[in-house]
Amino acid sequence: MADTLVAGTAGNSASMVEEPLDLVRLSLDERIYVKLRGDRELRGRLHAYDQHLNMVLGDVEETITIVEVNEQTNTQSVNTVNRKVPMLFVRGDGVILVSPPSRSS
Amino acid sequence: MLFYSFFKTQVGQQVTVELKNDLAIQGTLESVDQFLNFKLKDISVVDEERYPHMISVKNCFIRGSVVRYVQLSPPTVDTALLQDAARREAQSTQQQQQQSKPPTAATNTTAIATATGSVS
Repeated sequence: MADTLVAGTAGNSASMVEEPLDLVRLSLDERIYVKLRGDRELRGRLHAYDQHLNMVLGDVEETITIVEVNEQTNTQSVNTVNRKVPMLFVRGDGVILVSPPSRSS
Repeated sequence: MLFYSFFKTQVGQQVTVELKNDLAIQGTLESVDQFLNFKLKDISVVDEERYPHMISVKNCFIRGSVVRYVQLSPPTVDTALLQDAARREAQSTQQQQQQSKPPTAATNTTAIATATGSVS
């Protein structure tokens, strides 16, 4: 058991996951879902990232969620705005989470 | 340093910088530094009706920390090169971390030993 573990550690570093950012590395050239501050979400192909989670994404679809409260009727309405950007740099300080896209999208 | 190098390759290209206050500025990338501050020339604000304050501004400096997005033109971006560079960057930062770990522990032990030694 210990031997396999050691062998794993010495194995090729390209497919190994030992720190959280390795999961992001394995998403390179894959479509990913990024949740951002300010009720924004992105879906796009990951071309580059760094330790701050700055990223370059291709074929991006951005979804902005706007919740409006009507004070007279006291009801909430949720509106989403979608837009497409062919190539986008995203600054890492706005990133909340990175994940593979959900199957519905 | 990956994105600093990347943006240096984008100097001279048309970009749209979207700020955290929703202002979007289009212009030619003049220069970039390690904090990803940008200098743009020949700028125009994307939604001038909503943001008329900068109509007469031609050149500007943008502090990196207020940037949300930079929209780029796809033909100027070599995606295969970027992915390779990202993998190399990931590997090199990991190696730096591993190299810095063992000496830190060793230094601490010596520091404690020296401290106790000097007290007695």
